[in-house]
Amino acid sequence: MSGRVLVGVKRVIDYAVKIRVKPDNSSVVTDGVKHSMNPFCEIAVEEAVKMKEKKLIKEVVAVSCGPQQAQETIRTALAMGADRGIHVEVTGKDYETLGPLQISKIMAALAKKEEAQLIILGKQAIDDDCNQTGQMTAALLDWPQGTFASEVSLEGDKIKVVREVDGGLETIKINVPAVITADLRLNTPRYATLPNIMKAKKKKIANMKPADLGVDITSRLEVLRVDEPPQRQAGVKVETVEDLVSKLKEAGLV
Amino acid sequence: MALREGALRFNLLVNSRHFYKFISFIGVRSVSDKVSSKPVTSGDPETAGDHLIYSQEHFALKESLRKIIDQEINPHVDQWEAEGKFPAHKIFKILGSAGFLGVSKPVEYGGLGLDFTYSVAVAEELGNIRCGGIPMAIGVQSDMATPALARFGSAELKKEFLLPSIMGDKVACLGVSEVGAGSDVSSIKTKAVREGDEYVINGGKMWTTSGTQADWICLLANTSDGPPHRNKSLFCLPMNLPGVHVARKIDKLGMWSSDTAELFFDDVRVPCKNIIGQEGMGFTYQMLQFQEERLWAVANILTMMDNIIQETIQYTRQRKIFKQPVLYHQSVHFRLAELQTEVELLRSLLYRATALYIKGNDVTRLASMAKLKGAAWPGKWVTAVSSFGEEWASPVTFWSADFTEIPG
Repeated sequence: MSGRVLVGVKRVIDYAVKIRVKPDNSSVVTDGVKHSMNPFCEIAVEEAVKMKEKKLIKEVVAVSCGPQQAQETIRTALAMGADRGIHVEVTGKDYETLGPLQISKIMAALAKKEEAQLIILGKQAIDDDCNQTGQMTAALLDWPQGTFASEVSLEGDKIKVVREVDGGLETIKINVPAVITADLRLNTPRYATLPNIMKAKKKKIANMKPADLGVDITSRLEVLRVDEPPQRQAGVKVETVEDLVSKLKEAGLV
Repeated sequence: MALREGALRFNLLVNSRHFYKFISFIGVRSVSDKVSSKPVTSGDPETAGDHLIYSQEHFALKESLRKIIDQEINPHVDQWEAEGKFPAHKIFKILGSAGFLGVSKPVEYGGLGLDFTYSVAVAEELGNIRCGGIPMAIGVQSDMATPALARFGSAELKKEFLLPSIMGDKVACLGVSEVGAGSDVSSIKTKAVREGDEYVINGGKMWTTSGTQADWICLLANTSDGPPHRNKSLFCLPMNLPGVHVARKIDKLGMWSSDTAELFFDDVRVPCKNIIGQEGMGFTYQMLQFQEERLWAVANILTMMDNIIQETIQYTRQRKIFKQPVLYHQSVHFRLAELQTEVELLRSLLYRATALYIKGNDVTRLASMAKLKGAAWPGKWVTAVSSFGEEWASPVTFWSADFTEIPG
């Protein structure tokens, strides 16, 4: 297979940041907060770039949907080795309500437009933990899917995917074209080296709007309220086992 | 009670405007007890568009370097500080492979050939390493032991010493200071006497950063009896030559993870071709790069100061005196606001000097002023926070030991 791979990359609040809920409980605070590429998306990009280095595929295209800042995320992908980028511009209220269904529609439209052979996504984003985009995209395209991939190998016109599932590991073989979602142990993403960062400057990022792809991004979901998890109550330390048992009895738990 | 609480909150509100930028994510109307989200470092706004000297690429560079620091360096700092040494070859190889050791060096020898603003960006980001020793050692490798070689060395010499240093395969150190000659570089005693097509070197060097791990040393020695500013030369000396002795690793007040050595040279023979540039020009070559060294050091220190202020805020938020967090007391607020303001002032000077420098101007005056200001901080700092920085475990005292002075 010497085709084109689409990699979706999402700009999320950096994993190390402590999240704060806005005072009006409508969402979390994002202004002035450090953002970076979703860690699972990094793994997806790394996998695609590795395939290109092994000459298994021809071109890696990084895609991101969002406001102007999404371009930074695409540039990081370019610095890691992607060949070009596509920025689907979504701003304001539309961006706030953007979710897996709309992204899947966009990815599906792009896959057809770019004649992609493979779509690699992160298994989920660390801000919404949806774990839906890969699956929905595959369904919309009627393509097979290999989700929670911890190992991917191309074998002729099929792909072998080792999936991490609750019971252990499941190995499947699926046809190309397909959708893969990357899990944590698929690979270790490379550092964007300075030479590649400078080279990325010359790589192209195409701009478009969802309407250009004929995609309707109205959301079918409405966020009612966002709350922080309840404060952990202080525990009580006891000295002996007898104390513990008596306290449990007092609380009616024993 | 309610009135007092109200008055306290009002106080907080008024004071919080002093460092509005940090409060903005806490919410001006109330300061939560919860630890807040990591603020964006005051040096880089979210968009590159308006920055004085940085572009999109500078920010991408910083982000990538930050990842390396967070994953490969910071988790091990405590251990390396305890051991008094960090694995220079390993770390330099990682940094070299990612292109961070040769940012402004010639492309033919593995460098990136970029202008000095990129070196400043690297220096700033290295300030996120949780100690002073490692950034200093990296600075020696990338911007102190190699500039003269890059500018004036022969092609053969550059291939043997510059290229592997940029790639991170060879560790470099700089041998200038001696027991009797620190600030006064011209009074060094190490001699290199010409014998045929070799120089024979005798003498010693002191306080050599990375001296116990280095593969080669950029050595300043007297090569003739002329006037002290014109009789010295720079050499590339492999450290494994017979006669080179690493006498001891020096125990220092701070900078523990950087190994500092005392070296002796006993009839060390080095080929003539290992001289950098012209004989007699060593002193001049060494002095030429001081502008860059100073700006580099200042950039490094600024990030560290930002981080220290942040750590102090965190610490004082949870330490209580008179039944409330130290941070809530007005005088503490004021002091921190002043310190943060000074950081921003120095940062402006740094960017101004850098912007002028890359246009070809001589910025010795501004660079020296910046260094003067930056070096004066640690003393001030310890005084300011001594009430909450006394235990060794406190990050503030720890870091102030690392910055009693800025070398160079």
